[in-house]
Amino acid sequence: MSDLKKIKDEFISKLKSKLNLSEVNQIKSDLFGKNGLVSSEFKKIGTIADTERKKFASELNVIKDELQGLINLKINEIENEEIKEKLQKEKIDITLPERPFVRGKIHPVSQTIDEISSIFSEIGFSVEEGPDVESEYNNFTALNTPDNHPARDMHDTFYLDDKKEKLLRTHTSPVQIRTMLKDKPPFKIIAPGRTYRSDSDQTHAPMFHQVEGLHIDKEINMGHLKGCLNYFIKEFFELDKIKMRFRPSHFPFTEPSAEVDIGYEMKDGKIVIGEGDQWLEILGCGMVHPNVLRNVKVDPTKFQGYAFGMGIDRLAMLKYGINDLRAFFDCDYRWLNHFGFDPLDVPTNYRGLSR
Amino acid sequence: MKITFDWLKDHLKTNLKEKKLLEQLTNVGLEVEGVQNLSSDKEHFKVAKIIKTIKHPNADRLKICDVNVGDKQLKKVVCGAANAVEGLITVYAPPGSIIPKTKTKLVVAKIRGVTSYGMLCSESELNLSDESDGIIELSSGYKKIIGKSYFSKSKSNLIDLSITPNRPDCLGIRGIARDLAASGFGKLTDLKEKKIKSNIRQSLKVKIKKEKNQGCSIFGSCLITNLKNVESPQWLKDKLISIGQKPISAIVDITNYVMFDINRPLHAYDADKIEKGIIVRNSKTGEKFTALDNKNYKLEDGMCVISDHKGVLGLGGIIGGIRSGTELDTKNILLESAYFKPRSIRTTAKKLSLDTDAKFRFERGIDPLSIEDGLNKAAILIKEVCGGKISKIDIQKVETHKTKIVKFDINSFKKIAGFNISTKEIFKILEDLGFKFKKKKKFFELTVPSWRPDITQQVDIVEELVRIVGYDKIKIVDPIKERKKPTLNRSQKLFHFLQRSVASKGYLEVITWSFTDSNYNDYFRDSKKEIKIVNPISAELDVLRSSVFSNLIIYMSKNLDRGFKDLSIYEIGPTFIGSRPGEQNTVVCGLSSGKKSRLSWIEKERNVDVFDVKKDVVQTLIEAGYKSEEFFIDNETPNYYHPGKSGRLFLKKNAESVAAYFGEIHPNIIKKTDIKTESLVGFEIFLDNLKLPQTTLNNQKNKFNISDYQKSERDFAFIVNKDVNAQDLINAVSNVDQKLIRNIRVFDVYEGNNIPDNYKSIALSVTIQSTEKTLNDNDLENINKLIIKTVENKTGAKIRS
Repeated sequence: MSDLKKIKDEFISKLKSKLNLSEVNQIKSDLFGKNGLVSSEFKKIGTIADTERKKFASELNVIKDELQGLINLKINEIENEEIKEKLQKEKIDITLPERPFVRGKIHPVSQTIDEISSIFSEIGFSVEEGPDVESEYNNFTALNTPDNHPARDMHDTFYLDDKKEKLLRTHTSPVQIRTMLKDKPPFKIIAPGRTYRSDSDQTHAPMFHQVEGLHIDKEINMGHLKGCLNYFIKEFFELDKIKMRFRPSHFPFTEPSAEVDIGYEMKDGKIVIGEGDQWLEILGCGMVHPNVLRNVKVDPTKFQGYAFGMGIDRLAMLKYGINDLRAFFDCDYRWLNHFGFDPLDVPTNYRGLSR
Repeated sequence: MKITFDWLKDHLKTNLKEKKLLEQLTNVGLEVEGVQNLSSDKEHFKVAKIIKTIKHPNADRLKICDVNVGDKQLKKVVCGAANAVEGLITVYAPPGSIIPKTKTKLVVAKIRGVTSYGMLCSESELNLSDESDGIIELSSGYKKIIGKSYFSKSKSNLIDLSITPNRPDCLGIRGIARDLAASGFGKLTDLKEKKIKSNIRQSLKVKIKKEKNQGCSIFGSCLITNLKNVESPQWLKDKLISIGQKPISAIVDITNYVMFDINRPLHAYDADKIEKGIIVRNSKTGEKFTALDNKNYKLEDGMCVISDHKGVLGLGGIIGGIRSGTELDTKNILLESAYFKPRSIRTTAKKLSLDTDAKFRFERGIDPLSIEDGLNKAAILIKEVCGGKISKIDIQKVETHKTKIVKFDINSFKKIAGFNISTKEIFKILEDLGFKFKKKKKFFELTVPSWRPDITQQVDIVEELVRIVGYDKIKIVDPIKERKKPTLNRSQKLFHFLQRSVASKGYLEVITWSFTDSNYNDYFRDSKKEIKIVNPISAELDVLRSSVFSNLIIYMSKNLDRGFKDLSIYEIGPTFIGSRPGEQNTVVCGLSSGKKSRLSWIEKERNVDVFDVKKDVVQTLIEAGYKSEEFFIDNETPNYYHPGKSGRLFLKKNAESVAAYFGEIHPNIIKKTDIKTESLVGFEIFLDNLKLPQTTLNNQKNKFNISDYQKSERDFAFIVNKDVNAQDLINAVSNVDQKLIRNIRVFDVYEGNNIPDNYKSIALSVTIQSTEKTLNDNDLENINKLIIKTVENKTGAKIRS
């Protein structure tokens, strides 16, 4: 009995002193190893008289638990101490820069095309495309602009052959022709893309972007045209109120034709879209000319509808306050960084066009 | 088309104000482009006479002029015009006046040391014409009003209208008045035009030759004899000046006046200079004549000319000739009023690059029934001003004008416009516009006025009605939010995905021209055909691009010159392989320059390299849904890539078309383009060559097969000939057992010590896992042996012991 007490007292006092991990492990093995002191005591249990045995065993277990608890406590204490020491050594200057990264951007014209597609998607338009190089027929003749028509003067055309049969499309309207020749009515499409005119100054670029719209069905009239564009303009500029004016104009491929102006005012040298008493022309439109429908084998007595065309670059300029059209194509790193959009900012119906 | 409200009032009775007029013009489709206030700005400009000129002491081309501007004292004005000579009557702008062209305010200024008080003006400076060669030369008639304002005192503003090409009738003031009256803005006045009363025969013979493609169908004329060409009376000068025209002489001014007033171009010949008679015919190749613009024109076959027995007098409906032009001493004139066909006019004018007021009108279509009105109005006015005797009118015709009839169903209005107006209103408008109508059973038969060549079918009538009623009456029909077809097809979705995927890897999207500089294009053309633009805007943009790289390099270089070093830009757009529609490809092309982690405290700085772009290409394609396990890469690349550091990627081995190229740009190109960067690497992904991923997103997600059995990783190092590619080893390993071999990684490539010359060591880590059981040591040992054996057999490699 006194043996047990002796062991206990001795080791408790040992464990109270300052120890490192291997010293604690040594103690552990001295006590509970194969020939450890406590282990040896357990071996004695069998030799003890029946009357004493129960008591001895229970006392031994108490001592064992107590010592084991103390050892675990000590190990924990030492480990904590070590982590504490490590943490103190490991302090860094967190204000140093993060690892380098680069950010890509989407060009404002691409972003605007996605915005436009998203808006028209909601009211059932799908996207069509056509080639940049067009035939003279698709670009002009089929669109009721025959050779020698004065309206051709308004389109300074790039030609690819001396006969002037192949050209860079001057507008996206030939996509109307391609779409209607390819499929059967009804048609409800938009066609964004590159367009070209041999004109270059502060406000004109030899290449720019247009989006064409076409809606042909049995009973589509000018009221639908007005409604569609009214909806588009409000959605695009993300404004509840916007002044819009339809006025008569002329395009060979539409009859009646209209141009659409929106209201604006100048505030601190910047254009503010919406109210104001100034008018800004933003697009041309009209009811598709029966001659055009005949050219694409659509019966104008059964089908009718509207078409429109607008400058994407110009819409982007107005929406995002970009002053210089030429800058769109100058690829200036600083400009791209400023006016570009994060690739994750995808315009969609449900999250809206912009943040 | 320039008009004034005052002139409009010759044809329109109205009490409405100018502000309302401007609105109404735009509402009916005659867009107001600008309004110039002539009276307040321009009354400073005075008629003046140069009394004396001396050479400027400090400048050879300048003169110091003493100018009489109506004050007692002469003004000293420095002038550089060659025609500033003593005795010239011209227009003087005093200090304080604003020059219309430049909108600058004139101040007293020293010019090369000599003080100049004001300026003598050219026509272009006063926005009268484009003539900037010398100052205005006024006739002696202006002597009487030296010191008075050159411009009329009219309070009417100059209104500039943009007339669409379908409305030739609105190139005359009366046509504009008619539209306004129809829309309820005043009442069109009755024309009480006098008619020539004469019993003198028009004695000059006129003949229109009957030949193929004759451009003239009617030629009306009359002779006025014994007249005295003089300066126009003040009212007429004022009228012309008020719309920005320069008065010349009574005969010319009156023909111009009639043209602007009722849109009837006329031409006056000096009858004494016409040899025998007039023949209207097609020109022959090589014929020449000097036109009134003092230029010589060499004609091609088949242009419509007015000629006499000596040769060409003028181009009918475009421009007259010097030989038969009227002058102040002209005594007898032949006045022409004809109909020329738009197509003929346009073809000729285009070939000769000629543009005149008459051409502009004839090519749009002049009222063929206005021939006599024009002759009557002009001849009587000429007689009033110049005296003389007028002959009877002679009309030669080879075709007669056919009246156009259009069927009109009243219901078509609502069908197109979407709203209704009363039948009464419809006919009121049509009547005001000059239509006549007859009721048939189900529709009306409308007779189209002769001045409206644009109206040919029912929809044109609807347009007239909507236009005059007002587009603001069209009721908005809100769109229905319904989608029957997907907005984008799968290849359009792929376009958008790739566009944003590349940007997300740190590339800035740029948009450059579809054309480029042929010198740069040649660097990247490889074996493709050059596609020239016949009429480029500049020599630097003369071909369609064969690759996007040409433009990317040009703009990359500009940005590097701005001081930026590490740039990544890309463009998604067309490149061209032929000049026919559709011979184009859509390409995503990226270019990176400089270094990665330049001046970083934490990461090692290094040049961008081919494996950076390879990563961008491969990652982008994987993200777009392609399987990298199937990619096949070799080093056959176009000649603009570094031949040893570039690659070609196919989506599958033995695939027909190349999905992408990537690599370093060829050092020769870097040298020739003088682009200043440590490294330049790029890639091209060809959208049209990417087969759409076979599975859509939802059926890709459907199967979810994973294995929870233990996997093991085994490392192998092979010694292979230098020519053997890592891909060969990988392919060999993966073919050993496609079910068990899950992943293969190259973790080391080594040449040097312990490796024989011309050999290298490639170390692979292979992940082996079964979906059916836990592999035991035996299984693993077998597969290890098989891997070694296969690789050794297929690639000639030796396992490193």
